[in-house]
Amino acid sequence: MNPNYELCTDEVAYNFGFLDEYAKREVRRAILKAICIPGYQTPYASREMPMGRGFGTGGLQLTLSLIGPRETLKVIDQGADDSVNAVNLRQFIELTCPGVTTTENTRAATLIQSRHRIPEQELTEDQILVLQVPYPDPLVIVEPSERKRKVMHGEGDYSRLLTKLYEDIVRFDEITIAHRYPTRIASHYVIDPSPIPRFDVPKLHRSPTLILFGAGRERKIYAVPPYTEAVPLAFVDVPFRIESFIDEHGVRRPCARCGATGSYLDECFDAAGAKAYQCSDSDWCNEQLHSRTEGASS
Amino acid sequence: MKKILEVTGLSKIYGNGCPLCIEATGPERDTNLCPHCGSVVAAHDVDLELGEGEILGIMGESGSGKSTLVKLLYFDETPTGGRAVFFEDGQEHDLFALNAARQRRMRNQRFGMVYQNPHLGLNFNISAGGNIAERLLMTDMDHYGDIRGRARELLARTEVMLERMDESPRKFSGGMQQRVQIAKALATHPPLLFLDEVTTGLDLSVQACILDLILEIQQELRTAMIVVTHDLGVIRLLAGRTIVMKYGRIIETGLTDQILEDPQHAYTQRLVASSL
Repeated sequence: MNPNYELCTDEVAYNFGFLDEYAKREVRRAILKAICIPGYQTPYASREMPMGRGFGTGGLQLTLSLIGPRETLKVIDQGADDSVNAVNLRQFIELTCPGVTTTENTRAATLIQSRHRIPEQELTEDQILVLQVPYPDPLVIVEPSERKRKVMHGEGDYSRLLTKLYEDIVRFDEITIAHRYPTRIASHYVIDPSPIPRFDVPKLHRSPTLILFGAGRERKIYAVPPYTEAVPLAFVDVPFRIESFIDEHGVRRPCARCGATGSYLDECFDAAGAKAYQCSDSDWCNEQLHSRTEGASS
Repeated sequence: MKKILEVTGLSKIYGNGCPLCIEATGPERDTNLCPHCGSVVAAHDVDLELGEGEILGIMGESGSGKSTLVKLLYFDETPTGGRAVFFEDGQEHDLFALNAARQRRMRNQRFGMVYQNPHLGLNFNISAGGNIAERLLMTDMDHYGDIRGRARELLARTEVMLERMDESPRKFSGGMQQRVQIAKALATHPPLLFLDEVTTGLDLSVQACILDLILEIQQELRTAMIVVTHDLGVIRLLAGRTIVMKYGRIIETGLTDQILEDPQHAYTQRLVASSL
């Protein structure tokens, strides 16, 4: 964001949260509808935001219409608090929402906007998780016409999506969808849970937190309300699996930085050019590291 | 014989239609295009009955409304008027009064369709086995091994080489594509099958094999079938009873032998004479 550009603070210019109150009200109505019909893609009038579509404008509009001055916000991009998308969105919200506290601590946040990850730290009933969505409809890979897709969703006709899984098993002996894994919500609608890895999909199931999905370009909002069933599509004899991170010796890889063995790992290269695996959730990694060093010093 | 399907007064008009449409079209007027409003009367006042395990032939020239008729019954098109009742296990299902989801269930689980053009019946972007799996997945099957086993069984029954089960039907010959389509249509053991010009465009030896297969299936599974064709040979071989259509109307109906040996309507006489 341009540091020389000052947003107009005149009260007739920009409202708290950038969007005007009518726009927020419209988004909130869509959110309520989305919560009432779990997994249903509720259309809404996605506004132009001062950033390109595809940079999280859907999630941003949800956040801006939910946020109040007493809120504590955390913004994550691929698990990290300090990558470009997260930093830009956080700065924009700080600029347009005076009084809002931002944090990197998952426990301290009341509202979390995230791209491509659900935090490792278990979320609570008092928090809301907003996920940015590029492609809201899981059926788009099998049916190009939105009109027909709506009918398929309405009738719960997901046979063509299941056929895709069948074809995967025939060709590769396993289901090869790595992210955006189609997940059935409350035994009816199947959603695209945004590009979270398979590792995060079980966290949707009966989660105590309200999870909202916002697609800016595609103008859709959908929700997994608290304690709702979320079951990834699979076959009885070929069940859904998460990433195992097992190395060639059959051992679960630990994080190279904090040593945690239960988290989702990113593959990266260390200074010597060798492959290394590290927690994708930076806050979780810091916390693990902190508790380990504290345990060692005492 | 127990009835499985009863159709009464089925009509389909493409276009807005006007009160003069019916009067101005039909075999007597020698057209199905209404001169007043330009609508096409593809089918009008079609009545037919089909018994369990029976094969009914529908014969007629191109544009006579025979394909429209099966498309209406398979819910590919919505009718302008009329009623169709499907009988099963003592229950009557008024087909056009069912809601969309139940129509889809009916279409996916109780009916089967084999189109002339395999592009309409098969998805060429997935494997032959996948095409059958898709139909099985429309029911509540959720066991991969069972689905695969059933697909293999069906393809073996329709004499498709099992080694090629995981290839796209795009790479298959026309006759093989038709066999895959038949396997797909049979996947859910439907009591009623629609065959729309299944052998048109295939060479004679392949035609004979496909017709043999259809007859075997009919005898094995007692599947009722409606066979649409303009090929008198197919009608003679398969159908017990035949309907002759022209310009959207039924002009003659009766036992196949009777129609082929002693046609009553001038058009049927011409049709039979031209093939001999």
